[in-house]
Amino acid sequence: MMKVSNTIKTLLQLLILCFSLQSFALSDTEQEGAVSTKEEVDEYILHHLKDSHDFHLFSYTNDAGERKHVGFPLPVILWSSNGLVTFMSSEFHHDDNGEVVVEKNGSKFVKLHSKIYELETGASSVNFDEEHHATNAHKVLDFSITKSVVGVLLVGLLMLLAFSSLAKQYAKKSIPTGFGRVLEPLVLYVRDEIARPNIGEKHYRKFTGYLLTVFFFIWVLNLLGLTPFGFNVTGQIAVTACLAIFTLIIYTVSGNKDYWMHILWMPGVPVFVKPILAIIELAGAFIIKPFSLLVRLFANISAGHIVVMSLIAIMFTLKESLGVAGATGLSLVLSFFITLIEVLVAFLQAYIFTALSALFIGMAVAEHDHDHHHDEAGHEVADTEDVRADFI
Amino acid sequence: MEVLLNDFSPGLFIVQTILLLGLIFLMVKFAWKPILNSLNERETGIQEALAAAEKAKADMQNLQADNDRMLQEARSEREAMLKDAREIKEKMIADSKEQAKLEGDKMLKQAQAAIESEKKAAVADIKSQVAELSVAIAEKVIKEELSSNDKQLKLVDTMLSDIKLN
Repeated sequence: MMKVSNTIKTLLQLLILCFSLQSFALSDTEQEGAVSTKEEVDEYILHHLKDSHDFHLFSYTNDAGERKHVGFPLPVILWSSNGLVTFMSSEFHHDDNGEVVVEKNGSKFVKLHSKIYELETGASSVNFDEEHHATNAHKVLDFSITKSVVGVLLVGLLMLLAFSSLAKQYAKKSIPTGFGRVLEPLVLYVRDEIARPNIGEKHYRKFTGYLLTVFFFIWVLNLLGLTPFGFNVTGQIAVTACLAIFTLIIYTVSGNKDYWMHILWMPGVPVFVKPILAIIELAGAFIIKPFSLLVRLFANISAGHIVVMSLIAIMFTLKESLGVAGATGLSLVLSFFITLIEVLVAFLQAYIFTALSALFIGMAVAEHDHDHHHDEAGHEVADTEDVRADFI
Repeated sequence: MEVLLNDFSPGLFIVQTILLLGLIFLMVKFAWKPILNSLNERETGIQEALAAAEKAKADMQNLQADNDRMLQEARSEREAMLKDAREIKEKMIADSKEQAKLEGDKMLKQAQAAIESEKKAAVADIKSQVAELSVAIAEKVIKEELSSNDKQLKLVDTMLSDIKLN
């Protein structure tokens, strides 16, 4: 355990060293100036919610009036019309408005609102239509190690270190010590409160690995989003979509005969209703369930980030009406309590995502070895499992 | 919706898919499988230990009951043995009393019979001696009485007078 914490410490120290060394690039002050007006705050928040190609920590204006950004660049990996292109994000010089053109492998790239565009051949700068959409550039497939990917890698590494050390502890003793003693109840919680009751005693073991991974992945990333590093991984719709699709694939692949029967040819209803129900059930299984999963997580985390940042921005936006001390005090108090709530939301969303995944899997593998009760007319009487399914 | 779709980055989606797959695989292999197996082992171990303790308790109770039963049996056996012994003793005493009484009675009878016969013999002996003595005395008296004619006459006279009297 000591070893692991030492490793983490060393890693953190290295990271901090990187930050301090990589004070890089500057751009004109009017573009990336200090954030103070309402519009700038809105833009800053929207910018934060998006993924970013460099790891930005903070900015300051030096004595000479130059705007300095502190952080470190991340590798950009693109699949362009001329094949794979890689370069460091520092080549864009913090430009996000498509002004700096980076030429690699015969392709020209610009960064526009956190997205990288490839210019059409022959063009040397981006042209915009009235809605500020680029007219002579198209998006490229962007496999960059963005800030979100760094977050995912960091969390993955932390999870691997923490839980493999817990796993190693069991080889020597049956009751873990140190940090493992904190992790074990969490593992037991996911297994006994999420996997076991929702999937059922018979099948839960097979899916517990996935559920545990997803639970801790989402939870730790949610918490990481509350740190000043400014990660917003679980607020990226691509990430939540990926998680939801994993759940979709798992419950679709492991669905048994009963599950498909209930989707495609619902027993116990008049024949003319069956096709209608099949359409509804198919939409439910393949669109509504994963969509509810991905949007719930994405929206909750994004909303949390927006609220916390907006409350922090009270410091600037209400400076004139409340005075510096009043605005700062109000901002601190409100953002403190909202952050506390966000800590709860971080856990809650991880729990909800995992519990719903478990429930969907449980519905797909549930065994109807019990006969449905039939009333005198031969119609099925809904049992609790069906009733529960109707609520989802 | 358009903003959402615009924000959706296919590249990030693919990278995330690959990373998540890798993470799930590594976590299952190096963390969850050993952890869950150990937890299961521990739980079954605890369950078995509890069952064993319960069984030991039941065994203990059985043993206790057996002991109690054996003690009870031993006690009642002792009681029975003591009772038997007492009975035997009493019987023996009674028997020997009886025996002694019989023997005593028999001896007493024999002694009485012996005494009786001795008495008879002694009486007979005394009778014969008295007879002999009386005869001898009578002989001497007669010899004395009949030693002279006077005396013989006197005797006849006496006897004759006695007869008269009768």
